[in-house]
Amino acid sequence: MNINLTLIGQSITFAIFVWFCYAYVWPPLVHALAERQKKIADGLAAAERGLHEHELAEKKAAEHLKDAKGQASDIIAQAQKRASEIVDEAKGDARTEADRIKAGADAEIAQEINRAREQLRQEVVTLAISGAEKVLKREVDKEAHANSLDELAAQL
Amino acid sequence: MADEALTAGQYIKHHLQNMTYGQHADGTWGLAHTVEEAKEMGFMSINVDTMFWSILLGVMFLWIFRRAAKNASVETPSGLQNFIEMVIEFIDGSVKGGFNGRNAIVAPMALTIFVWVFLINFMDLIPVDWLPGTMAWISSTFFGADPHHVYFKVVPSTDPNATFGMALAVFMMTMYYSVKIKGLKGFVGELTLHPFSSSNKLLQLVFIPINFMLEFVALIAKPLSLSLRLYGNMFAGEMIFILIAIMYGGGWALGIFGGFLQLGWAIFHILIITLQAYIFMTLTIVYMDLAYQVPDEH
Repeated sequence: MNINLTLIGQSITFAIFVWFCYAYVWPPLVHALAERQKKIADGLAAAERGLHEHELAEKKAAEHLKDAKGQASDIIAQAQKRASEIVDEAKGDARTEADRIKAGADAEIAQEINRAREQLRQEVVTLAISGAEKVLKREVDKEAHANSLDELAAQL
Repeated sequence: MADEALTAGQYIKHHLQNMTYGQHADGTWGLAHTVEEAKEMGFMSINVDTMFWSILLGVMFLWIFRRAAKNASVETPSGLQNFIEMVIEFIDGSVKGGFNGRNAIVAPMALTIFVWVFLINFMDLIPVDWLPGTMAWISSTFFGADPHHVYFKVVPSTDPNATFGMALAVFMMTMYYSVKIKGLKGFVGELTLHPFSSSNKLLQLVFIPINFMLEFVALIAKPLSLSLRLYGNMFAGEMIFILIAIMYGGGWALGIFGGFLQLGWAIFHILIITLQAYIFMTLTIVYMDLAYQVPDEH
């Protein structure tokens, strides 16, 4: 129960313990705690950010999809238009071609008719001459009457 | 267990005497063999048991905490680190709640006080005769000392030297920071210009000694109450343990009753030792906060 040097000894001991705690015990522990807290907070923030970005990306993707759909339908409409145009063109072409062929055929037919008429004329001339020969019962000088016969043939 | 050779009064007295080292009346140095001898040694003596246990427990505390601090990992805290971190967070919360200044030493000091005082108080839960009995046996067997004159107190906080020593250190810290923060003028002003003040210079001059008397008592009361509260509580608790221990010498019925009493008191005492450590810490924080408070001008 006596007050003695222990009093001062205890004060000094206490001071040394406090100093040791201050220098070597407290800082690393508090530092570790603070760092862990920061890490957790950062992790949560990153997760939040990730979620937000995910939402944004989804929205963007939906927009892209909508755009693509619109473009596709545009393209299809254009293609359909072009196809009908092509069909129309083809129809026109076919029609002109057909007309051309028909015209060619007509010309050929006319030529054939002319040629046949010519032939017929010759034959008729020959027949007429031979008929005339027979009718006249004499030989007609082909050379002498060639002009009048040609005239006749031209009139046919 | 009470020794048959001792009366109850002697037994109690024996338990309340520290192992004191100092100068005997004849000029030689050594341990005091009787209570009277220890008293005669006066101030220039030292309580070996108090110093031994407090330093041992303090070093134990610092060693464990230092080990945890060295291996402190952010990713995977071990079991020990978890426990230490729990204590640290508790102390940190108390300091942040009670101390508004900026001083990095307050929190480590609070931690030291809390854990150290708790460990010191915890020694009270060890049955009162175990360690003194062991010490008496060792001294008498190996050093030929008279076991009745080997004193050994194992709870440093039942020695007022220990509690006053700690309170004194805390008091000096608060004084130092008071003067540092408020300046010598502010500190003296705090002591002399409150609670009575007057704009009349003459009246103020009369008030100064009155203020000083009141404030000085308040100032001294802080370390005194801080140390006496801890000492008183622990001393009373120790005394009850000693009284219960006396019952073991009073027959088997009283002995069994005493056993239950000791168990009950020890369980209750767990609360007291923790509470006293906490109060000592909290008051230290409050006193440091007061040292940092600059009074509003008027």
